Amino acid sequence: MGSSSSSVNHVPNAQELMQETGFSASQILRLYERFEFLDRDRTGGLSFQDLEALPHLSINPIGDRIIGAFFSQGQETVDFASFVRVLAHFRPVDSNRRDGAPQEQANSRTRKLKFAFQLYDQDKDGKISRAELLQVLRSMLGIQVTEEQLQSIAERAIQEADLDRDDAISFDEFKKSLEKVDIDHKMSIRILR
Amino acid sequence: MEDFWAGALWVLKIWLFLIVSLIMIPAMFGFSLGISETYMNLLVKTLEWATLKIQKAKTDEQTLTSSSNGLIQREDGSMEKELEELRRSRPKPSVGGDFTLSDCFYFSRRGIESIVEDEVTQRFTSEELVSWNLLTRTNDFQYISLKLTLVYGIGIFVRYCILAPLRITLAIIGLSWLVIGTSAVGLLPNWRIKSWLSEWVHVMCYRICARGLSATIRYHNRENKPKKGGICVANHTTPIDIVILCNDGCYAMVGQVHGGLMGVVQRAMVRSCPHVWFERAEMKDRHLVTKRLRDHVNDKTKLPILIFPEGTCVNNTSVMMFKKGSFEIGATIYPVAMKYDPKFGDAFWNSSKYSMVSYLLMMMTSWALVCNVWYLPAMHQQEDEDAVQFANRVKSAIAQQGGLVDLQWDGGLKRAKVKESFKEQQQKQYSTMVVGDDSSGHSD
Repeated sequence: MGSSSSSVNHVPNAQELMQETGFSASQILRLYERFEFLDRDRTGGLSFQDLEALPHLSINPIGDRIIGAFFSQGQETVDFASFVRVLAHFRPVDSNRRDGAPQEQANSRTRKLKFAFQLYDQDKDGKISRAELLQVLRSMLGIQVTEEQLQSIAERAIQEADLDRDDAISFDEFKKSLEKVDIDHKMSIRILR
Repeated sequence: MEDFWAGALWVLKIWLFLIVSLIMIPAMFGFSLGISETYMNLLVKTLEWATLKIQKAKTDEQTLTSSSNGLIQREDGSMEKELEELRRSRPKPSVGGDFTLSDCFYFSRRGIESIVEDEVTQRFTSEELVSWNLLTRTNDFQYISLKLTLVYGIGIFVRYCILAPLRITLAIIGLSWLVIGTSAVGLLPNWRIKSWLSEWVHVMCYRICARGLSATIRYHNRENKPKKGGICVANHTTPIDIVILCNDGCYAMVGQVHGGLMGVVQRAMVRSCPHVWFERAEMKDRHLVTKRLRDHVNDKTKLPILIFPEGTCVNNTSVMMFKKGSFEIGATIYPVAMKYDPKFGDAFWNSSKYSMVSYLLMMMTSWALVCNVWYLPAMHQQEDEDAVQFANRVKSAIAQQGGLVDLQWDGGLKRAKVKESFKEQQQKQYSTMVVGDDSSGHSD
């Protein structure tokens, strides 16, 4: 590491990615350097193990789900474009973006919420079922709580958010329950250079 | 043809004579002719000039931001603080735990942050320099101006054609002298003069090796130098650490017995004064290791042991977790902090990227090696602390003195994965926020 002069032209599809995600040229370059660093065996794609090797990520209670978010259906490796597209969700919201309707940008409030929703909704059926909620609670709490406590936490969470009483939380119910939370701030990572 | 060989031989003789008189003799007797100082001054001025040139050229392009090399803006709130902020909008429920759907935001953000930049894996690669020091191994070559390119070109010539052969010659002389000298001293019977001679031979060889790397070492607080019967601990960046420390005193080494050239050196060294070499099989038996170290330490005539508790080379921006083995022996610990100046050449040995030989060649073609060594006051294990706490205390002292970041992570993470218990810690912390202190979790 340490080369600060490679140009963004070395990065595949750089211009396209910049347009799509809103990252600047230097940010794309930085992310590409990071991608190459993580790709230890130089296959051009990141495997589950490559990401799991990061210490902070492997001790994160929902680390596996976060890593899983990078892999589209059935894919075994993440290429740079997919890598950047996922990270684009965490770009801070810019107030003065000219082109494209605000809702379609990767880092819009809706898209950030959708990303978080999919961490819960692993089978991607558009609803967080009770079973899925129990699963994620178990990941986050580990052996620290009993089964009864887990059930009662899940029960309360569903009761609070489930407005149409179908025993599952849809994306709209999810959005509604979080409407007062400052998503833009809490789900944003500012890349300094 | 004859003339050519005669001429070459003559040049070689002059070359060796110059080396012996200008470098070896001063090294043997410990005084300096001032050649290195002049070289270093010249070098510093050249590098400063190069930096100014580059900075001037770069002001038209995007400006370099703050001195910290951070990629992301971090908000270092604790888990509790961040989750509180996320939950602010809700009243706290009386039953069913305090979980909200927004809790995952905190974890997902932390997860993504660590994918973009994490403080651990970056310790195992070389430090990034903000300005260029005219070595392409640090930053790629950029064309700024003709003068700079010329200086860079001269630099390559000087480093590869003048300095490198000189240093290789010195290294060979230094090592052979070490082997011959220590074996010779080893033949003497155990008079008091033997230990004095042995120390002199060791220091002399290390001085030659240090000249062989154009090492400029500054020792601070020499009144705290390690004494006999103690253990000297230091942070580890490169095998050259040994040369740096042994320039200023004699230590007993600890390590595995190697074959080949290293083995020859090890066997020779042990003839003149006791070092602690272990067979590979013995290293696994912790009690045996502790016992041998303890025996060595308790014998007050033996030299202080030199140990690097990190267990692996780290890139000199931080100090990683110390293994507690050396802190269980109960001896006086003499901490030493070492900080290399990366401007002149990166001393870090990235053993997964470079072999020992290519690393040494890289060292010999760097500009110089500048190192600051601080001797810290001796430390003892307090009554109410265990070995791990003692190790952490020493580590913090070293990190603070050397201006390094004090990390809790294990240097073994270079190759291995994190222990499951760290994840449990996170889960435990989170569970107190959700169910409060009446969690059913196992006590630890």
